[in-house]
Amino acid sequence: METGLEQKYNFDVVRWFTVMAVVYLVVGAAVGVYIASELAWPFLNFDIPYLTFGRLRPVHTNAVIFAFGGCALMATAFYTVQRTCGVRLWSDKLAWFVFWGWNLIIVAAVITLPLGITQSKEYAELEWPIDILIAVVWLAFSFNFIMTLAVRKTSHIYVSNWFFLGMMVMIVYLHVVNSLAIPVGIFKSYSVFSGTQDAMIQWWWGHNAVGFYLTAGFLGMMYYFVPKQANRPVYSYRLSVIHFWALMFGYVWLGAHHLQYTALPDWTGSLGAAVSIAMIIPSWGGAVNGMMTLSGAWDKLRTDYVLRFLIVALAFYAMSTFEGPVMSLKTVNALSHYTDWTVGHVHSGALGWVAGVAIGSIYHLMTRLWHTEMFSEKLVNFHFWTLTIGTVVYIVAMWVSGIMQGLMWRAFDEYGALAYTFVETVDAMHPYYAMRAVGGGIFLFGAIVMLFNVLMTVRKSATSGSLQKARLAAASA
Amino acid sequence: MAENTPPKGLQDRLERNIWALLIVIALVLSVGGLVEIVPLFYLKNTMEYNRYPEIVWSKVGQEPIVAADAGGVLKANWKPGDGMRPYTALELAGRDIYQREGCYTCHSQMIRPFRDEKERYGHYSLASESMFDHPFQWGSKRTGPDLARVGGKYSDDWQRAHLRRPQALVPESVMPAYPWLDKASPDATSIQTHMGGLRLIGVPYTDADIAAAPALLQGKTEMDAVVAYLQVLGTMVKLDEGKVYRD
Repeated sequence: METGLEQKYNFDVVRWFTVMAVVYLVVGAAVGVYIASELAWPFLNFDIPYLTFGRLRPVHTNAVIFAFGGCALMATAFYTVQRTCGVRLWSDKLAWFVFWGWNLIIVAAVITLPLGITQSKEYAELEWPIDILIAVVWLAFSFNFIMTLAVRKTSHIYVSNWFFLGMMVMIVYLHVVNSLAIPVGIFKSYSVFSGTQDAMIQWWWGHNAVGFYLTAGFLGMMYYFVPKQANRPVYSYRLSVIHFWALMFGYVWLGAHHLQYTALPDWTGSLGAAVSIAMIIPSWGGAVNGMMTLSGAWDKLRTDYVLRFLIVALAFYAMSTFEGPVMSLKTVNALSHYTDWTVGHVHSGALGWVAGVAIGSIYHLMTRLWHTEMFSEKLVNFHFWTLTIGTVVYIVAMWVSGIMQGLMWRAFDEYGALAYTFVETVDAMHPYYAMRAVGGGIFLFGAIVMLFNVLMTVRKSATSGSLQKARLAAASA
Repeated sequence: MAENTPPKGLQDRLERNIWALLIVIALVLSVGGLVEIVPLFYLKNTMEYNRYPEIVWSKVGQEPIVAADAGGVLKANWKPGDGMRPYTALELAGRDIYQREGCYTCHSQMIRPFRDEKERYGHYSLASESMFDHPFQWGSKRTGPDLARVGGKYSDDWQRAHLRRPQALVPESVMPAYPWLDKASPDATSIQTHMGGLRLIGVPYTDADIAAAPALLQGKTEMDAVVAYLQVLGTMVKLDEGKVYRD
């Protein structure tokens, strides 16, 4: 292993983000399993305001997207930019400001959302004082990243960094515009937009929180960690250029497909659907690029558990980026909209792709950052199977329940009357809601095993002094 | 080394210059949003009231929706079907609670133009029907039924009993119970501030609308406010079956 890295780079902040990402993965998934169980067994709401589905659902989404996803992105972005530029982070102080600021935001979210303090815009529920803090911390994160690129030692900017950069710029646009609101109290504000315009802006934000934060950012991760773990160069440079620019241009348009057949003008939804279909090409281009990086090294999948996470994540990415465009078509959307099919689709992306690639990257990082092998390789393999099986159980349950409910809503009897009352369709969901909670539970169990494995690895490193040795070796080198 | 070779084409140049790369990315990212969002603010056919002005209450912003005289006696100037108007102080208090409890995570307020939705919920929703909704509450998931036209569908007593214990009326329901709504009351001063804020961003409240808030909220619980909000949903505009509101 290379020596001198601990001296040259700021790995401390990466280590902290890495551990916190795993902690928030467990927290976010646990809240998810709880609210999934509430839908199957509503007594779990316990008549306690802070525990109702309506208040906890934003806690779940914010915890997994911004707490887990955010810490994973910040850990990997700060690691990747240093390694691919050959320089230390531009500012250590700013990096620590980002770490503490981001965690403060997460704590504020966990406190305010159960209290019912919300803007009631999906994935943008946090109230205006927290929104301002998010903007400040995000700009600090982006600025530090960009300045590190500006002082790099390499001639070219590596592809991972393009994707991280695209994410940073787009999140600034989205967060600033979608959060524009008039404060009417310290914890209350109203969106400056109303009705149709607000709906379009919300889903421009909503879809691109997925498209840029959870896709572009995690593709940045993929383009660094897949080649590193496989010890192979990226399959095609040309494909990555096409993947990048097509994704940057195209993804922005997709939000309108969330509003098919609503009061949003038809032209907007049609445009959104047309571009959605076209997006299959760059998405699959990217998935192929990642998977074919293993070309000539496929045998590694038999022994390398970390690589398994990364490649299965790419398979889920390919699957959900095919499913998404199909669901954006008006005829399909007429059935799928408002049902659990959407929830299943999101989770095939979120559990399979986003969590899969992030977890693979984190396992890769663990050994590099603590200068030791994982506490248990067997548990890594065990985690891989819980993630895969849990995700599949979850999405199959949602496919069945979503399509069934959509069909029941539109069913007519022989007299031309509605065949089912609404509550009959709710009742029919019950077994699938239970099955979904079980799928989520399996995924959560894997996440807990990961947290244990990660903490034991940190402990192992402390006991053996591996990190200490790396630091001293660096100092004397 | 590569550093010394001259750049080959635009991509190569961008990969060597962070600032150029940043600017090009920023430009490329702005296109989709500009094309899809900006026209919605000025294209006339976005809002149906441009073609059918009767969708909006003719006296909106000129007369108070409900006026309170010096003795606190209330007089309504608007009746259901008169057209779109802002929410009264009581309804707005109810809507604030609807937001707070995250009702939108399970209930949509957007009926699509399908036969089954017409049978189940009524006429499809118009864009104009959420013109005063900051933010919109269309939702994205129907774990429970759509509420866009729930107003008047059930009695106030049914709504109260249902919110207190949904399973008492609908045994298969998975909705949480909201017993705490009976125990708290909305604060008139805060609601007046909320109305003032909404007026700043274009909601046409009159001074009298805001002044009527204490009288409207007098003795009302959060439960009363939520029920008032639910009962007004979808009742503002009288829709004509013969008219084509949306192309």
